[in-house]
Amino acid sequence: MIDREQVLHVARLSRLRLTEEEVDTLTGELSSVLDHVDKLAEVDIEGVEPTSHVVPLENVLRDDVPVPSLDRDVALSQAPDPHDGAFRVPSPQAEA
Amino acid sequence: MSDIELLAASGAETAAMISSGEISAEEVLEFWLGRVSGDQLNGYLWKADNEAALAGVNVDGGALTGVPLAIKDIFCTEGVPTTAASKILAGYRPPFTATSVRNTAAAGMPMLGKTNMDEFAMGSSNENSAFGPSLNPWDTGRVPGGSSGGSAAVVAGGLAPWALGTDTGGSIRQPAGFCGIVGLKPTYGSISRYGMIAFASSLDQCGPLTRNVTDAALLLDVLQGRDPCDSTSVGIEGGVSAPSADRLDGLRFGVPRALIGEGIEAGVLARFEDTLIRIADLGGEIVDIELPHAGHAISAYYVLAPAEASTNLSRYDGVRYGLRSSDEDLLSMYEVTRDDGFGPEVKRRIMLGTYALSSGYYDAYYGRAQRVRTRIVEDFNTAFSEVDFVVTPTSPTVAFKLGEKTADPWTMYLSDVFTVPISLAGIPAISIPAGLAEPDGGGPELPVGFQIAAPAFAEQGLLEAAYALETAIRFDGSAGLAGGAA
Repeated sequence: MIDREQVLHVARLSRLRLTEEEVDTLTGELSSVLDHVDKLAEVDIEGVEPTSHVVPLENVLRDDVPVPSLDRDVALSQAPDPHDGAFRVPSPQAEA
Repeated sequence: MSDIELLAASGAETAAMISSGEISAEEVLEFWLGRVSGDQLNGYLWKADNEAALAGVNVDGGALTGVPLAIKDIFCTEGVPTTAASKILAGYRPPFTATSVRNTAAAGMPMLGKTNMDEFAMGSSNENSAFGPSLNPWDTGRVPGGSSGGSAAVVAGGLAPWALGTDTGGSIRQPAGFCGIVGLKPTYGSISRYGMIAFASSLDQCGPLTRNVTDAALLLDVLQGRDPCDSTSVGIEGGVSAPSADRLDGLRFGVPRALIGEGIEAGVLARFEDTLIRIADLGGEIVDIELPHAGHAISAYYVLAPAEASTNLSRYDGVRYGLRSSDEDLLSMYEVTRDDGFGPEVKRRIMLGTYALSSGYYDAYYGRAQRVRTRIVEDFNTAFSEVDFVVTPTSPTVAFKLGEKTADPWTMYLSDVFTVPISLAGIPAISIPAGLAEPDGGGPELPVGFQIAAPAFAEQGLLEAAYALETAIRFDGSAGLAGGAA
C-alpha cells in the first residue's frame, strides 16, 4: 500500500510534477504492484548476501594516461540553451 | 538472384552470395533500403538513405561485409537521431557511437535504420513507444513483444536480414518468440554497454535478433569483447563460431516444472512438450529440476530494475540534451520537463524505484530484492551442477492483441515470467521458434518460442544445442516474412 501523500513525496524526490490525475492513477497502480512485490517477504534471506553484480570482477584499472574527450562545442551542441561555453539554466529562484 | 531469394536469405547466406559474386554489396543494400522504405509495421523510427547507411562502415570488414543490419533505437549513433522511443530525447543526435554499432560497422555491416521499442526499453509489447507501437508481421492486430519489438518485427517481417536489440528482463527473447525468429541474450559482460542508453545497468545486455541460430552466433562473435569504455565488459574467451552439432547425445536438459504452471496457454505448452520430445529424439536427456525461488523473480525484478532506472534516468533533466519544457525556475524546469517528456510506464518505474530506494524503505525493498536475487543465482548454480541447460517456453502466451494487457501493469509484467529469472542470474539464453499455436480462445496460429539457458559464458554450447534443435524443428517463417512491407 502507498497513499496519496507518499506518492506526492516520491514524485518530489523523482523530480516529476505530476498532474492530479496522474497522482490518482499512480496511487492505485503503485499500490497494486507493491502488493505483489510484498510477497518477497516470504523468502528466507537470513544470512544471504545481496547481489548487485553477477560477474566477478575486481579492480578493473587502466593506465593513467590522459586521452582527449569530446570538444566543448560538440558536448554543448545538443543542449537546449548553450551560452558562452556553458549549459545555461533558469535561476533556482523564480523571478519575483 | 531473385528478390524472393534475397528476402528469405539469412545474414550468413547473404554474405555467401556477396562473396561468391552472385550479387554485389551495393545491390544488397539497395534491395533492403527499398524494403525499409515500404515499412508497414512502424518498425523503424528512423530510416537510413544510402549515404547514412554506409557512414563509417568498413568496406573490407571481413566475411559479413555488405550484410545490412537494423539497430534498436537505444544505441547511440553519432549524428543520427537516437530517442529510445521517448519524447524526452526527440531530436537528440548523439555526439558519439555505441561500441556495438562501431563493431558491426567495422565488420562491414551498413545500418538500415533505428528500430522502434518500448520507451527506454520498459515494456513487453512495444505499446510504450512514444511514437506508436510496432506491429507483429504475423498479425498486425497483435503486438510484436518488447522491448525490442521493432527489431523483432523488422527481421520477421522481411524489413532487415538481422538486428541488434537489448535485453534487461526478456526484451530480446520475448519479441523473438512472438515474431517467430531467434533471439539471444548473452551472458552479462559479454558485450560492451557503452553507448547503449541505460535502463537497469546490472541487467542490460546487447544481443542479436536473427533468422536462425547460425546468424546469432556470427553476430555475437562480432559484438562480444572487452571494451575499455565499459569496465563490466569481459567478452567471451575465444569468441564464438558457427555451430554445427546435429545431435544432443549426453546432454541434460532441466525442466523447472513448478515454474511452468499457471497462466500458460495450452498451445504454448503443447509446442513446449513437442520440443522436449525432439530433444529426446536427438539423444538429449530431459530431467525435472527445481528452481525454488524463480517464482519470486518478477517481484524482485520489479524492485531492482526500477531502482536502477530511477537513478539512470535522473540524467534527463533539461540541462544538457533533449527536451526542456519550462524556463520558469530551476526546479520547475526539472519537474515539468520530466513530467512532459516521460510516458506513463517510465514514470511508473521511476516512482517505484525511487520509493524502493527511499529512506525507511530501502531495506524492506531494495535490500531484500538483492538478497532474493542471490537466492535465484544459487538456484541456477545448483541446477547446473546436474544439467547442462535449463529449458522453458519463452513466454506463457503467443503474441497478444494490441491493448489486451495495457489496463493492469502486473499482467503485462507476467509476460516475462520465464525470461526474468535468467536475467537476474546474468546467464545466457536463446529463444528459438518451436512451431505455431493458437491463442487460448482461438485465433490465428502464431509463433511459439522455446527458451534454452546455459551457465555463464557457455554460449558456444548453447548455440550448438539450439542449432541441432532448430535443424530438427525446421520452422517455416515465410508467413511472417511476407507481412512487413507494402
